[in-house]
Amino acid sequence: MDFGTEKTALDAKIVTTIGNPNTGKSTLFNRLTGLRQQVSNFPGVTVEYAKGRLALEEFHLELIDVPGTYSLTAQSPDEIVAVDVLQGAVPEIPLPDAVIIVIDSTNLRRNLFLCTQVLEAGIPAVIALNMTDSLPALGIEINYPTLEEILGIPLIPVSASTGDGIADLKTAVVNTLRKPTPNRDLAICPDIDKAIEQLLSLFAKHQVSSIEMRRAFIDKDGLADERLSGRLGEPYSQLRDELRSGLGKGRSISAIEARDRYSWINAALKKVQSVQDPNKNKAVEVLDRVLNQPLIGSLIFVLTMGAVFQAVFAWASPLIELINLGVAALSQVSSDYLGDGLISSFVSNGLISGVGSVIVFLPQILILFIFIIILEDTGYISRAAFLMDRVMRGMGLSGQAFIPMLSSFACAVPGIMGTRIMADRHDRLATILAAPFMTCSARLPVYSLLIGTFIPNTHVFGGFIYLQGLTLLFLYLLGIVGGGITALIVSLLFWKRKKSTFLLEMPPYRLPKLSNVAIKLYGRAVVFLKRAGTIIFSVAVLVWVLASFPMGNGTKTEMPPSISHSYLGQMSKAVHPLFAPLGWDWKVTAGVIASFPAREVIIAALATIYAVDLSSDGKATPLSEKIKNAMHENGTKVYTIPMVLGLLVFYALCLQCMATVAVIRKETETWTWPIISWVYMTSLGYGGAFLVYQVGTAMAWAT
Amino acid sequence: MKTTLAKMHVGQTGEISGFHESDQTVENLLQMGLTEGSAIEILRLAPSGDPIECRVSGYSLSMRKMDAELVIVTI
Ligand SMILES: Nc1nc2c(ncn2[C@@H]2O[C@H](COP(=O)(O)OP(=O)(O)OP(=O)(O)O)[C@@H](O)[C@H]2O)c(=O)[nH]1
Ligand SMILES: [Mg+2]
Repeated sequence: MDFGTEKTALDAKIVTTIGNPNTGKSTLFNRLTGLRQQVSNFPGVTVEYAKGRLALEEFHLELIDVPGTYSLTAQSPDEIVAVDVLQGAVPEIPLPDAVIIVIDSTNLRRNLFLCTQVLEAGIPAVIALNMTDSLPALGIEINYPTLEEILGIPLIPVSASTGDGIADLKTAVVNTLRKPTPNRDLAICPDIDKAIEQLLSLFAKHQVSSIEMRRAFIDKDGLADERLSGRLGEPYSQLRDELRSGLGKGRSISAIEARDRYSWINAALKKVQSVQDPNKNKAVEVLDRVLNQPLIGSLIFVLTMGAVFQAVFAWASPLIELINLGVAALSQVSSDYLGDGLISSFVSNGLISGVGSVIVFLPQILILFIFIIILEDTGYISRAAFLMDRVMRGMGLSGQAFIPMLSSFACAVPGIMGTRIMADRHDRLATILAAPFMTCSARLPVYSLLIGTFIPNTHVFGGFIYLQGLTLLFLYLLGIVGGGITALIVSLLFWKRKKSTFLLEMPPYRLPKLSNVAIKLYGRAVVFLKRAGTIIFSVAVLVWVLASFPMGNGTKTEMPPSISHSYLGQMSKAVHPLFAPLGWDWKVTAGVIASFPAREVIIAALATIYAVDLSSDGKATPLSEKIKNAMHENGTKVYTIPMVLGLLVFYALCLQCMATVAVIRKETETWTWPIISWVYMTSLGYGGAFLVYQVGTAMAWAT
Repeated sequence: MKTTLAKMHVGQTGEISGFHESDQTVENLLQMGLTEGSAIEILRLAPSGDPIECRVSGYSLSMRKMDAELVIVTI
């Protein structure tokens, strides 16, 4: 497919998907556009619209993937996006020329609710009846032609994951764009239809779309209602209230709509769907039962987590060794080749040591992500949310907060964006402020370096558990507790009468698709390497420059007599007194300050500092060796156990991430919350490190 | 016999026959397919007994007991 200019310049046609959560909209979007939107097996994966292009026959399509929604009554920010795209209410996207309604065929009844709502909106539509590959196992048979006949628009059975039916779907979209089938009047709620027609004709000159008027009339005090009241003023609200009370006689219009719609759907389903006894998958059933045993389930979860933490150290270490050797060799080669000058120092001490020392941690990050991706793709995440709801409630949060929190273990940025599935503003704020406490993958390299170097790998508790894995587990718990307390504080500050609820669809268990796992893992590796190549690279260069200048004397080969007289040394020594009570020397202080844009930068910064520092040992030793031997000016070790533990606590609690600050700003639409969050977390980090170091040192001294 | 969804035990089935209040939660439940006449079964409870997971309208839905208290079921 090409977008050559020789094609007659037709305007791009806007085609949007719409459908319930977890029905395969993004899978379908990816198949049609070749893009890689996130696909996972739980509701609420997509929280923002995405655009992609494709050419179909004479049309240029701009295809839009939207978040899922159960109805056009949009309540949470992600649902509002979906409904706004459909109505052309998003400024950057014109009104769609056609919609692809994505339906999960294994769950027809509930999916037809939204489907028929969309059909009433009068936008040209085709139906992609997805997941038809799963129907036989469930014993469901659907009479496609009859269903198509009843709904009155093209209906194409597809499987977005296998690709079946996609060609037919494309043909149907083209046909609809050429000559839209006028949507049939389904006469689902005739009384409501009549009231809406009356309203529409009265306000005809205001050009209100029928879908907007419909939602405004049905969803009392909903978003559309508010918007229209603002636009049309008193005459509208008066007539609306009259019509509502005439029709509802005290009952809510929304409830009437839902009941009418489902009785219509029930009648339709009688004609098109038959359900036999499903071929129950014994293995899945047994697994489900075991995982849901309160005791065994929790035990399995904890054991799995323990195994993952240990794997992060044990399995990754051969790979890490390999990368370490490569980095050292590269550094050696470059210094052999470039000699002893300034450029050589820049390349081997600044670039290779700095960036290389971070890249070393790629294997660990990937191991962690394999685990997270498996959780996402099997459907276990929603079960975990179910098990953890009680705990979330203890923090004053809705169960919906669990999934964003869990994503924050990968990275707080998508986690915070994931809070868009939450309808309640204060619940959402509490979750946003708690999310950066979760141990993200950028903390992992820092933890790993410090734990791997200083915590002895001895067995504890009778040999089952290693001290290193236990320390890591403790740091994860510290983050969880910190986040929990924070959420609790926010919930108490915004105490509300209205209880928060928890309605969560449990997706079926699915076997992760290898290709999807590989794509996601690859995406993660790219993100990690990109950070190493941009932000970590820049800071490493900056640190090298500051650590290498001013030169000792003008000659080229002469390095400064000591790094402590460099700009970096001078600057860092000026602020060092503030951090001395944490047991840090000025080099650690410099590293920590350099890592405020991104946590893992501290590794690059320290690597560069120790590499430039001629008073430390030879060039090619790995960073872990160098920090082990680092000394204070008075000849005592810098990295004592209390200092290392304090530093770890500092990294667990502190908000050292530009991207997170930016996303909090974006999601809360004010600078207040990112600033509060930064100050709060930085103070906690400092306080925690202070406490651990002082108490630890006193205890070590006492023994 | 009428009871509420919250009082049912695991494995028990019934038919939804109404709601105790009409508020936003009930409207949400209706939109999710919990309409009068639908069959409903309790699949399991979380370790603390709350929330509950039920099978309704051909899929699994979990909700807090507080909300399940609103759903009247004939068993
Ligand atoms: N068996 C089967 N599974 C599918 C099919 N299409 C998608 N899936 C799976 O369904 C799950 C959800 O897919 P997504 O594409 O993320 O669904 P979505 O509609 O974009 O979900 P939200 O963004 O959360 O609204 C994933 O686990 C997919 O692999 C299909 O045709 N058959
Ligand atoms: Mg999606």
